[in-house]
Amino acid sequence: MFTGFFYTLKEEKVPVTPTEWMTLMEALDGGLSGGSLSGFYYLARAVLVKSEAHYDRFDLAFRRYFDGIETSDKLADQVARWLEKSLPPLKIDADQRKFSEWSLEDLKKALEERLKTQDGEHHGGSQWIGTGGTSPFGHSGYHPAGVRIGGQSNNRSAVKVAAERKYRDFRNDDTLNTRQFEGALRKLRELGRNEEVPRDQLNIDKTIDATCRKAGMLELVWDRPRKNTVKVVLMMDSGGSMNPYARLCSQLFTAASRVNHFKDIRFYYFHNCVYEKLFNDPFCMVRNSVKTEDVMRQLDPNYRLIMVGDASMAPSELSMVGGALDWGVENDETGEVWLKRLSERFSHCVWLNPVAENLWPPPGERFYDTVGIIRGIFPMFPLTVEGLERAIARLKVNK
Amino acid sequence: MEHNIYSGTADYLVSEDLRNAVNIAIALGRPLLIKGEPGTGKTMLAKSIAQSLDMPFIIWNIKSTTKAQEGLYVYDTVQRLYDSQFGESDVSDIKRYIKLGRLGEAFISERQSVLLIDEVDKADLEFPNDLLWELDIMNFYIPETGETITARQRPVVVITSNAEKELPDAFLRRCIFHYIAFPEEEMMASIVKVHFPNLESNLLAEAMKAFYWVRSLPGLLKKPSTSELLDWVQALSVGGIHPEKIAAEIPFLGVILKKNQDFEQVLRRIHSPGGAQRQTGWTAGRKYV
Repeated sequence: MFTGFFYTLKEEKVPVTPTEWMTLMEALDGGLSGGSLSGFYYLARAVLVKSEAHYDRFDLAFRRYFDGIETSDKLADQVARWLEKSLPPLKIDADQRKFSEWSLEDLKKALEERLKTQDGEHHGGSQWIGTGGTSPFGHSGYHPAGVRIGGQSNNRSAVKVAAERKYRDFRNDDTLNTRQFEGALRKLRELGRNEEVPRDQLNIDKTIDATCRKAGMLELVWDRPRKNTVKVVLMMDSGGSMNPYARLCSQLFTAASRVNHFKDIRFYYFHNCVYEKLFNDPFCMVRNSVKTEDVMRQLDPNYRLIMVGDASMAPSELSMVGGALDWGVENDETGEVWLKRLSERFSHCVWLNPVAENLWPPPGERFYDTVGIIRGIFPMFPLTVEGLERAIARLKVNK
Repeated sequence: MEHNIYSGTADYLVSEDLRNAVNIAIALGRPLLIKGEPGTGKTMLAKSIAQSLDMPFIIWNIKSTTKAQEGLYVYDTVQRLYDSQFGESDVSDIKRYIKLGRLGEAFISERQSVLLIDEVDKADLEFPNDLLWELDIMNFYIPETGETITARQRPVVVITSNAEKELPDAFLRRCIFHYIAFPEEEMMASIVKVHFPNLESNLLAEAMKAFYWVRSLPGLLKKPSTSELLDWVQALSVGGIHPEKIAAEIPFLGVILKKNQDFEQVLRRIHSPGGAQRQTGWTAGRKYV
């Protein structure tokens, strides 16, 4: 049942697996959807979606797959008139909530048939569409697996709930907040369990345990230290074209400086492109700058290099000697040479671009704009939480 | 299919989708994973389930040093060694030195219980994976005694996470997941009323207005949550603050904001003439904490 929905979810990039799908089938077998589409919506979401970041994609997929399947407006209008005069609602108690023999498909078919044969209002009773009563169709009624048509309920239409996209803000391919950046940066920690480090830390608990198991004969247990050995250098573009992204970059900056689990983290700034000088603050004044080659010499190649910038500039700034935007920069070598040098020195490196990914030209594309050239030098990821996660995964492995 | 149906308790209002998720998890016998902003009542939920279904409630608080093994059982080798040296009792009976952990307790409980594994993301990355088998099969083996502990009744397992770490995929696949969204004003008003039934409606309305205004400010480091609102409402009502003053002055600001920068930001906003709030009678530099 609904197998197409599984693939719709996949298309919307909700990471569902067959295991979870089978769980859903088990739940449907057990009648947990309550025979209504909104019941199915909550059931499927609880079973299939494991992160609030994917709620929105689920909503999109749900809307796409089920739109129009729910009682159509026309149908509802017709029936709504019959339902206007209603009897007081009947209560269902827990024992009666056994609805496994009612499938949604059956109900819908039966509803349509009954609509064809019913000729008017009908309240109470057990067969026709109306209020009160125990027919599965109508509202305020008693049938536990009924299809509600209009009337009061906390169950809003599932497709409408999905269409509201309440969870849009939680998407992780949208840019989010500092806390989520922090979460992503923390993942760089796994590198800390370095197998090359000697076992030189006494594990007291294990030592006591091993000693006791040997009835008091001392047995020392040594562990490898689990300190994070990751060192990071972050270089941020603070050029004019970056102004729209200032807030985003400052969130990344805050996150990076708050994470404080790196062995070392350095921040440098550049203006559009890196040349022979890097700057210590975003104002990019020569009097507060360091030589790029000094930075490269001081920092060992194990530093993870994260470049942040829109990679958009005049092509001359990258490819011409003296092309730098600022007059104060000598720029004897092209920006491209400097960028290549950086990426060669720091073998683990990425470029984070705040511009949406679908606007980038392919890597190596030299005539369109500079993003393509830079993509040929650095692996480029969008500056979103998801992009940062991908970038971190890339930083873990030597390219 | 015979199962308990959870429907919330008098002191814990539950939204419809959360209630559904709880019942799905109970019916399928899967762990229920709850995420949400701090202070949205994740921990309270488990307590409420236990109350509503009249089940024993077992809490396993996770810390950064917690190991999965501790939840199953601990073999107290030190006590055994000690006993063997000082001849206190029969050390050949290893069973005496096996102490069941929280999960083990839930397994041997006579009645079906609710087990809360609180803040699972505090522990090591591998922690959830280490529990997969036990939560799936509902038994574990104690090699020291050759015993297998099997759950008499499958406990209702509620797991909360603050999203400080990613949880492993294999673990997620087995869970029923629900994200507690921050309550909308209407829901929030009923939550406050559950806790303070005798609150003046005027005071509540003003407090809610101010609270949601504070929450809407961009760039807060720590957004105030439900529990902070509850504390604040209590402070306002105990302090006998006139409802009209609430929006303008936001008294006892320290109750809802815990970070210095946030505190100052809100003070600045209240000062600024173009801010969202118009003030009367604000005294500069007045301290509310």
